[in-house]
Amino acid sequence: MRGNLVRKNLLTALLLAPATLWLVVFLVLPFIAIAIFSVGERAPEGGYQAALTFAQYANLPARATAFWNTMVLAPVGAFACLLVAYPVAYYLALRAPQRWRLILLALIVIPFWTSLLMRTYAWMYILGGRGIPALLAYVGIEDLRLINTPGAVLLGIVYGYLPLMILPIYVSLERLDRRLLEASADLGATPLFTFLGVTLRLSLPGVMTGFSLVMILLLGEYLIPTLLGGGKVFFIGNALVDLFLQSRNWPFGSAIAITLVLVSVAVLIVANRISTRLSGARRVDLI
Amino acid sequence: MRAFVVAVFAFLYLPIALVVLFSFNAGQHASEFTGFSVQWYGKALSNPFLVEALKNSLFIAATSALLAAVCGTAAALGLQRVGVRTRALFDALLGAAIVVPGVVIGISTLVALVQLFAVVNPFLASLWPTDQPPRLALGYGSIIAAHGLFSMALVTMIVGTRLSSLDRNLVEASSDLYATPLTTFRSIVLPQIMPAVIAGFLLAFTFSFDDFIIAFFVAGAQTTLPIYVFASIRRGVTPEINAVATIVLAASVLLVLLAQWQLGRRKPSP
Repeated sequence: MRGNLVRKNLLTALLLAPATLWLVVFLVLPFIAIAIFSVGERAPEGGYQAALTFAQYANLPARATAFWNTMVLAPVGAFACLLVAYPVAYYLALRAPQRWRLILLALIVIPFWTSLLMRTYAWMYILGGRGIPALLAYVGIEDLRLINTPGAVLLGIVYGYLPLMILPIYVSLERLDRRLLEASADLGATPLFTFLGVTLRLSLPGVMTGFSLVMILLLGEYLIPTLLGGGKVFFIGNALVDLFLQSRNWPFGSAIAITLVLVSVAVLIVANRISTRLSGARRVDLI
Repeated sequence: MRAFVVAVFAFLYLPIALVVLFSFNAGQHASEFTGFSVQWYGKALSNPFLVEALKNSLFIAATSALLAAVCGTAAALGLQRVGVRTRALFDALLGAAIVVPGVVIGISTLVALVQLFAVVNPFLASLWPTDQPPRLALGYGSIIAAHGLFSMALVTMIVGTRLSSLDRNLVEASSDLYATPLTTFRSIVLPQIMPAVIAGFLLAFTFSFDDFIIAFFVAGAQTTLPIYVFASIRRGVTPEINAVATIVLAASVLLVLLAQWQLGRRKPSP
C-alpha cells in the first residue's frame, strides 16, 4: 500500500517537473533578477553593476512622458474599445439570428489571432500621406496629418484590441437569463430601464474582464505607438526597448519594468475587487 | 444597431483587405493599384533573407509549441493529482506567465540568460580540453524557451479545462474492469483530451510565429519573420512585405480555424 502511494507521488512529481522547471527558470528567477538589477547601477560600458540604491526608482520621472502617455492612453484606449465593443457584443448575443451567431463570432475572433504587426501596419497605409489625407486633398482639405499622432495610436489600439473586449462581454450577455428581460417588461419597465437595470447591470462582470485585459496588455504595448505614433507618442514599452537595447541602462530599465508589473498587478486587483462586488465572481474563459 | 455592427466588421476587415489587395499589385508603389500580378510573391520567396527569417520562425514556432504541448499536458494531468494549495500556486504562476506584458517577459529573460551565460561560459571554457569551448549565447534556444513559457501556460489551461469536464465515470468504470492505469490513460483519457492538446499546440504555434516583442529582446543575432517585417516596415512598406503579410495572415487564419475545429470536436474519430 505504501509503495503504491510513493509511486503515485513520484508520478505526480514527474508530470509537474518540466513545467515547474520552466516556470522557475524562465519566470521566477528572471523576475528576481530584474528586481535585483533595479537597485543596482549602470556599469560604465553599459549593463549592470552590483549596488544597493534606490536611485533608479527616484529617477523614474526622467521617463515621465512615457508613463504619462501610457497611463492616459491605456485607460482611454480601453474605454474607446468598450464603447465600440458593447453594441457589437449586444447584437451578437441578443439580436443576431441564431445560425449566424457563431459565424459572426468567429469573424470577430479571427483577426485577434492574426499578427498584430501586420494588421497595424495596414493602418500606416490608410493614415499615411497617400491614404486618407490624399483623398481629403481631393475635396480641398489640405495638409492634414493623421499618422504619428496620439489619435492614430488610439485608433490602432481600438483596432487591435477590439476582439478581446467583445469576447468577454458577449459571454456575459449570452449567459443572461432572458426571462429576467421578460419579467422586467411585464412589470412595466421601459426598454431603456430594462437595459440599464437588467442587461447592462448583469453584463458588468464581462465588461470588467474585457476592460482589465485590454488595459493590462496596453500598459506593455510597443508596436502600435512605434508604427502609428512614429516616435512621437512614447509608451513605457518604447522606453524599455530603448533602455535595454540602445542605451543599455539595465538597472533603470529594470526599475521601470518592475513598476510596470506592479501597476499591472494593481489594475488586476482593482478589477477583481470590482467584479467580485458586481456579482458572484464569474470567470470568463477566453479560449 | 445593425448598421453599426456592419460598420465595425468593415473596420475590422478593410485594412486586412487592403494589404491583400496591394500584395497583388502590378506596380512598384505601395499606394496605387495599377493591375493584377503575383510578381511580389515571387520576389518575396526569392529573397534569401526573408526565406531565412521565415524558416527560423517556422522552426522556432514548431519546437516551442511541441515542447509546450508535451510539458503543458503533463502539467495539466499532474495538477489533477495535487492538493488545493499546490494547485493555487501553480495557477497563479501560469496566470502570471500569461498576464505579465511581453516586454517584461522579454527583458527578464534577456537579463537572466545573460547573467547565466556570464557564469556558465567561463566554467565551460575552464573544463574544455581544446581551445574552442562551446559557448552559450542568445539565439534559437532563448527564443524557444521564452515562447515556451507563455505557450505552456496556454496549453496547461486549455487541457486543464478539458480534463475538468472529463466524465469521471468512464475512468472509474475502466479501472473497475481491471484495466491498468496506463491502459485507462491510453484508451479513455488521452483520446478525450487529444483535441485540446492539438488546439493548444496550434494556438501556441500561432502565438510564437506572430510574436515580435519577446523575440526582439532575446533573439541575439537571429532574425525571425516578425523582426524582419518590422525592420522592413521602418524602411518603408513594399509590395513584397504585403505578399509576406498575406501569406502569414492566410496561414494564421487556417491554423486558428483548425484549432477551433479541434476544440469543438466532442468525440475522437474511430
